[in-house]
Amino acid sequence: MKIAVMDNEYQSFEHDVLVIGAGGAGLRAAIEASAAGVSVGLVCKSLLGKAHTVMAEGGMAASLANVDDRDDWTVHFADTMRGGQYLNSWRMAELHAREAPARARELEAWGAVFDRTKDGRILQRNFGGHKYPRLAHVGDRTGLEMIRTLQDHGVHQGIDVHMECTVVELLKDGDRVVGAFGYDRERGRFQLFKARAVVLATGGIGRAYKVTSNSWEYTGDGHALAYRAGAELMDMEFVQFHPTGMVWPPSVRGILVTEGVRGEGGVLRNSDGKRFMFEDIPELYRSSTATDEEEGWRYTQGDKQANRPPELLTRDHVARCIVREVKEGRGSPHGGVFLDIAWIKKRLPNGAEHIRKKLPSMYHQFKQLAGIDITEEPMEVGPTTHYVMGGVRVDPDSQMSTVPGLFAAGECAAGLHGANRLGGNSLSDLLVFGQRAGQYAAEFAKEQTAAKPAQDQVDAAARDALAPFGRAGGDAEGPYQVQYDLQDMMQSQVGIVRTEEDMQKAIDAFEGLRARAERVGVQGNREYNAGWHTALDLRNLLMVSEAVARSAILRKESRGAHFREDYLEKDAGQGRVNTVIRRGDEGGMQVTQEPIPEIRADLQQIIEDNR
Amino acid sequence: MSSATFRIWRGDSEGGEFRDYTTEVSEGMVVLDAVHQIQAEQANDLAVRWNCKAGKCGSCSAEVNGSPKLMCMTRLNSLPLDQPVTVEPMQAFPTVRDLVTDVSWNYEVKKAIKPFAPREPDAADGTWRMEQYDVERVQEFRKCIECFLCQDVCHVLRDHRLHSEFIGPRFFVYSAALEMHPLDTADRTTELADDHGVGYCNITKCCTKVCPEEITITDNAIIPLKERVVDKMYDPITKLLRMFRS
Repeated sequence: MKIAVMDNEYQSFEHDVLVIGAGGAGLRAAIEASAAGVSVGLVCKSLLGKAHTVMAEGGMAASLANVDDRDDWTVHFADTMRGGQYLNSWRMAELHAREAPARARELEAWGAVFDRTKDGRILQRNFGGHKYPRLAHVGDRTGLEMIRTLQDHGVHQGIDVHMECTVVELLKDGDRVVGAFGYDRERGRFQLFKARAVVLATGGIGRAYKVTSNSWEYTGDGHALAYRAGAELMDMEFVQFHPTGMVWPPSVRGILVTEGVRGEGGVLRNSDGKRFMFEDIPELYRSSTATDEEEGWRYTQGDKQANRPPELLTRDHVARCIVREVKEGRGSPHGGVFLDIAWIKKRLPNGAEHIRKKLPSMYHQFKQLAGIDITEEPMEVGPTTHYVMGGVRVDPDSQMSTVPGLFAAGECAAGLHGANRLGGNSLSDLLVFGQRAGQYAAEFAKEQTAAKPAQDQVDAAARDALAPFGRAGGDAEGPYQVQYDLQDMMQSQVGIVRTEEDMQKAIDAFEGLRARAERVGVQGNREYNAGWHTALDLRNLLMVSEAVARSAILRKESRGAHFREDYLEKDAGQGRVNTVIRRGDEGGMQVTQEPIPEIRADLQQIIEDNR
Repeated sequence: MSSATFRIWRGDSEGGEFRDYTTEVSEGMVVLDAVHQIQAEQANDLAVRWNCKAGKCGSCSAEVNGSPKLMCMTRLNSLPLDQPVTVEPMQAFPTVRDLVTDVSWNYEVKKAIKPFAPREPDAADGTWRMEQYDVERVQEFRKCIECFLCQDVCHVLRDHRLHSEFIGPRFFVYSAALEMHPLDTADRTTELADDHGVGYCNITKCCTKVCPEEITITDNAIIPLKERVVDKMYDPITKLLRMFRS
């Protein structure tokens, strides 16, 4: 049956816990809540098992100490804090480092098949910022292994999955979040979800930028839903640009090239053939970085006495070095630099085979999309918008936001990664805090009475969602141009290298972009209508973009992923505050800086011991 | 910059037609880029399912010039552009709209397969020991991105529409991954024979040919499953033993 375009009828569902998003964090939360004995609904914008977690390549960080027995949770904790430049929620960093090994082993018990050590245990690999080989992995498709394992385990638990459904608004009963309103993408029918607790696990905001490794789903939905429901966001200025995305051909620009390439011995060179990463090694990492190429190579081959090569420094630093090389005229033909893994054939007799085996999907990706054989030629790579460290401000233990009944986990939550996330800490984040969010959401739900979202909120959400259909023709603009203009602006003015002047221009432009978004019109009917979906996404993209710009202009220093050309150094005072965003009473965005809670003495000691 | 014509199927479950769209093409473009460009410039409401655009999620399955393909991994320079490129939805599943099909049947099928059941842990700390050599066999199957192109090409589903008696190549790969998992203890052979229709496969290997992950579906998954079924259910000695036991 066809849905009339302006029909605001809806289907109704009721669950104890509603999880929005079905990547690693959402699936893990749903499994945990379901195991706690409450009814669970799981909503995802794509088909189940397609979420961006499948793109994660390198692995999941957990101090299993299978490869290097010097590793334990304290070292992982210290590495995470150092990577985050000490803006992290220390409690989340502690929980993450302590619980990641159990979450990895649990995946194995649910059927995941990680690569093995010689004695048959889970193999671990080196990654940027991690002192010891710590990433449990399956070749370079660890994310797929994880999502499939969770999906296959979850479907036998009686979780109700609502696939291809977009949530447009959270619903409240007084202060408490009690449900969500959305539409199914296939038919365009409205859906009302009543719930006693809601977990946001919607991922990131990459689509606010022009060059990104993120798919269409990453429009900051969870961030924007939480903000509109009155929750606080934190540290939104910290957007991670992964140093190695594909730069050519144009249609694949931004697609990720795993850090695993560098972990296996891949090196970065400029157009002069020089390994430029040796030229700029930050003070904080000098003692733990290789002094020459030979030592770097030995590290990638498992020599425990060797320090890591500079290619494995943190992502923010490597990304900026690449930008510098390109800017100073030493880039590759298509505006990147060269990433060479083929050179290891000089060191390893079966090098080509080794590359294909260790990096199968990279081999595949370059062969098919760029016509390049990575066992023979270097890749061309450049920075790509990859991950947002900022997100919904949550209680470190329970993952509840500042609004009762609303939880957040994974990329859409803030805290764990501080100013910069280490590679491999994302998959473990999803599992550790997905599990916690599921557990505490279930507990919360059990204590609550039935949810009663007010009808006027439902009617308003339906009316807003249908508005673009009523605006076709006349002075209505299509949604795509507005999206492109926003992405161009964020890329050039709130990107890798930032200045006050650029960011102020961006902030001044939001009002105009919002006005255009409010005039966007769409044609056709409600079935699988990409134009309509894009029109509705604009509101979220604009909100998160403004949050990034306003947070970034307030932080007058360079730290982690936030780099300002007008404030090149770190500022000690700024190192003691988080940036907090909330919606003001008048509807405008309020940005403040709040002191980081004082770290527990034993954790401070761990940091000192690992300096 | 040159242009090419794409003959895209537009319609829904009640029927539809091919419509021609001409658009600019540039170096390195894939079919999905062309479809997106057409969607942005000429047909905002053109329905297409996609996600990662890097061949890793298996969302953008369709038939390009009659072959089951991931649109994101089909480069235009691999197609003759002097004639229209046809793009249509997968035929083995009901159409939702334009290029989008209803693949929910696959999710139902998976639920009916006996889940992973590991043996007791090998070590006191609750962990297992497995050889790399042993896990590799299963890792091949676990590369599957669930694009369902193998289901689309399989004549048992596509032409004979035996969706109620046959689980299709994807779920034989899934069953094989469980059956050959070094830790798994469950036995799925009876269902494979009686409910999942492994016998319908007559080894034409069409599924293997279309697999974007290059999984050797027929040789490494389906044939060994058929052998297990034969060993368990038709081997005369086993049969005799079974008779005595019951």
